[in-house]
Amino acid sequence: MESKSSTTGNRDNPNRNLHGSKTMMASHFLRALFRIQQTSTSSSSAGRSRRIRRAAYASMAYSAGTRRAWSRALLRKLRSRARLRFPRRLSRAATPQRRDMDQAQVLRKLVPGGPSMDDCKLLEETADYIRFLTTQVRLMQTVMDSVSS
Amino acid sequence: MSGRGSRITDEEINELVSKLQSLLPESRRRNTGRVSASKLLKETCSYIKSLHREVDDLSDRLSGLMVTMDSNSPQAEIIRSLLRS
Repeated sequence: MESKSSTTGNRDNPNRNLHGSKTMMASHFLRALFRIQQTSTSSSSAGRSRRIRRAAYASMAYSAGTRRAWSRALLRKLRSRARLRFPRRLSRAATPQRRDMDQAQVLRKLVPGGPSMDDCKLLEETADYIRFLTTQVRLMQTVMDSVSS
Repeated sequence: MSGRGSRITDEEINELVSKLQSLLPESRRRNTGRVSASKLLKETCSYIKSLHREVDDLSDRLSGLMVTMDSNSPQAEIIRSLLRS
């Protein structure tokens, strides 16, 4: 049984949680890839790339479900068909950001749902988000490897 | 600093910080001992940005590969078998 999200901390082995999610992630992503392949014969490579990218974030979010703030925020964005944008350059000025507070703000812009999290929640959500992101990246690399061999 | 949420103890912060630190890849962990929170946050931000870039890059490459795939090609068969397992 899933515990409610993390005010008391997730005592489950995080790797165990991830394992079931990995299968969901892979199956969701691969199905999406198939759909994209079959329905985009005439569209541009850039359009296909956008759809694949969207499918990547969708598989992450669906496999994490609603138990995490970052995945709920991602699901909301996906359902509203809003553009999925993550900031690359966060400060136009060249001034380096030295204080902790500023870095936490930077982090809030990178993690979905970040702006509404307090510092404690931000760290927990970040850890979970990173786990799912790296899993998704590895999944995409695996697909790349098996398709291009 | 956000006023929302409960106060957390230093211990909980340390726990979260070391959890985050353990998630960063080896190459980014320059100190083996305690690292300043600020440095860790910066590394974390930089790591997440690079992961986002990788998703973009892999999406481009997969998109390029798709043109070479058709429904009877061996690649499609690989994917089908991955879905079955």
